[in-house]
Amino acid sequence: MSAPIQKSAAKTKAATQVVTANRLDDGVVVYLDARDGWTERLGEAAIIETPEALAAAVAAGKAAEAARVVVESYPIDVARGPEGLAPLRLREVIRAAGPTVRADLLRPTGA
Amino acid sequence: MYRYDEFDHGFVTSRVAQFRDQVERRLSGELTEDQFKPLRLMNGVYLQLHAYMLRIAVPYGTLSSRQLRMLGHIGRTYDRGYGHFTTRQNLQFNWPALKDIPAILDDLASVEMHALQTSGNCIRNVTTDHFAGAAADEIADPRPYAEILRQWSSIHPEFSYLPRKFKIAVTGAPKDRAAIQVHDIGLELKRGPDGGIGFAVYVGGGQGRTPMIAHKVRDYLPEEDLLAYVEAIMRVYNLHGRRDNKYKARIKILVHETGAEEITRQIEAEFVEVKKTELLRLPDEEIQRITAYFAAPDLAPKPARSGAFEAAKADSAAFAAFAENNVTPHKAPGYGVVTVSLKPIGGIPGDATDVQMEVVADLADAYSQSEIRVSHEQNLVLPHVALDDVPALYAKLAEHGLATGNAGLVTDIIACPGLDYCALANARSINIAQDLSNRFGAPERQKDIGELKIKISGCINACGHHHVGHIGLLGVDRRGEEVYQITLGGSGDETASVGALVGPGFTGDQVVDAVETVVDTYLKLRQGPDETFLSAVRRLGQQPFKEALYGAA
Repeated sequence: MSAPIQKSAAKTKAATQVVTANRLDDGVVVYLDARDGWTERLGEAAIIETPEALAAAVAAGKAAEAARVVVESYPIDVARGPEGLAPLRLREVIRAAGPTVRADLLRPTGA
Repeated sequence: MYRYDEFDHGFVTSRVAQFRDQVERRLSGELTEDQFKPLRLMNGVYLQLHAYMLRIAVPYGTLSSRQLRMLGHIGRTYDRGYGHFTTRQNLQFNWPALKDIPAILDDLASVEMHALQTSGNCIRNVTTDHFAGAAADEIADPRPYAEILRQWSSIHPEFSYLPRKFKIAVTGAPKDRAAIQVHDIGLELKRGPDGGIGFAVYVGGGQGRTPMIAHKVRDYLPEEDLLAYVEAIMRVYNLHGRRDNKYKARIKILVHETGAEEITRQIEAEFVEVKKTELLRLPDEEIQRITAYFAAPDLAPKPARSGAFEAAKADSAAFAAFAENNVTPHKAPGYGVVTVSLKPIGGIPGDATDVQMEVVADLADAYSQSEIRVSHEQNLVLPHVALDDVPALYAKLAEHGLATGNAGLVTDIIACPGLDYCALANARSINIAQDLSNRFGAPERQKDIGELKIKISGCINACGHHHVGHIGLLGVDRRGEEVYQITLGGSGDETASVGALVGPGFTGDQVVDAVETVVDTYLKLRQGPDETFLSAVRRLGQQPFKEALYGAA
């Protein structure tokens, strides 16, 4: 059977979010960190838990787009689990970890 | 094969230079993403889930060994050591860095390749029969006409901003291996009443969210009128095709809403006008000039029966299966058309490593006149192989995982990249293909089932051609869970039909069992091994399969 994968939840507004994007020059998936920098590891992302923090993070994403660091930034819903942060939607699970059908290309997501 | 002339070289080189400048301006901030996106798409560059994706055109699915070797080099140098052959006979690299793409395009241009018109609302890469120029049942080689259409449609100023993308397919044989009736325009080469070459013309086919089988608008069009007639179709579409709703913008919707009779009248009226100018009449000498590029290779005469080929079949069941399924009759006695399956059991449909690409290129040099084809079924083809050489070829393919003898069988599955790669997908496709391949992979079981085409799409855009799968699977997102709808009875061949939904969908954990239930029901109810799955579904209808899947109502 194919690799087991966490089922995604409905498109709910989770209490916990992070901001993601693709890096401009190579397209790699990145996450906004606590210093308004960008990390390839979901576990190092800045965790957003208030509307004010969300607005600030979204603004930081747009600023990074304008500064030619990333493209297509947006917030995603995540949950805290025993192994750290996990996206709620399957699409974002796959973006964070890599194609589920290429074990050799899976990438670490933790801090 | 067609070779670039001075104009082709200049054109492609200038487009690479133009795109290099555009990338530099994007990276320097001179262009915003909104400004850059349409420019990158015109050069085949998408942004997918994990990275940029570069879609490279393989015109009418024909590659030289030199070109395939270059694709392997690019995969190793700029990507992650593999590429993905698509249902449009193209190749996609899934991981190129934007900053490297101009260098990749330079490499492609050095072997007369590019990524132009592989995206955007233009006339896309013209596709054709992957056995073109070799098949025993061919009336004429469709590739010269596909090349003429390529030249005519490249940056055609009138047709570069169509209401929506536009796909043309050409078949040279009555057995349709190019799925022409599910294209915007389908062309079938045929002999006319006077013995000349011409085309039956189909318009308004397509898949996506509104699948439709094309209407035949002309039973016979003389070859000299090819461009004039296609131009007339394009003009009618460009004028009347909807631009207010992208989901209703394909020509199939225009044909459906206008009616086949009226659209035919409009096309014929426009054709009369186009013909008056004489500008688009194809001169016979130009047809001959292009056709000469595709001249049949000078194959040494051989007896029709090969002792070495027959002996190898007797010696090995695996080779016998390969010979039966992957070797198709060639027009020259003693030769075969060999399908190199990119569907190893449990593998990823259409993926080939850099090394595999180089191996196939080397084998094409050794055994197939340096020619390779890409099929819309996501396999490679060596078109001109002496039957005497097939055992040695098979042995070398086997060393690299390329000798699976499953062409046309249940494990020869088409699957789009799905949610593992694609930004549009709602569900994964590849993993389901792998699970099905593992479930049905035993050689005896595949042989017992016989011809069966399973096609899987991860969203309604239908890149996995599920609508024309004998069994089609469509992945959808149902409240956050991957669910797969099953359609039965689709076909992309000369008896084209759109599959019908059999009932409620199945989760990813259930769908392989469900497909097995469908297959077992077929095996139980077929009139004999000669009745294929598709024939049985057409005879039986959906009911027995519904009952097997969901119980009697």
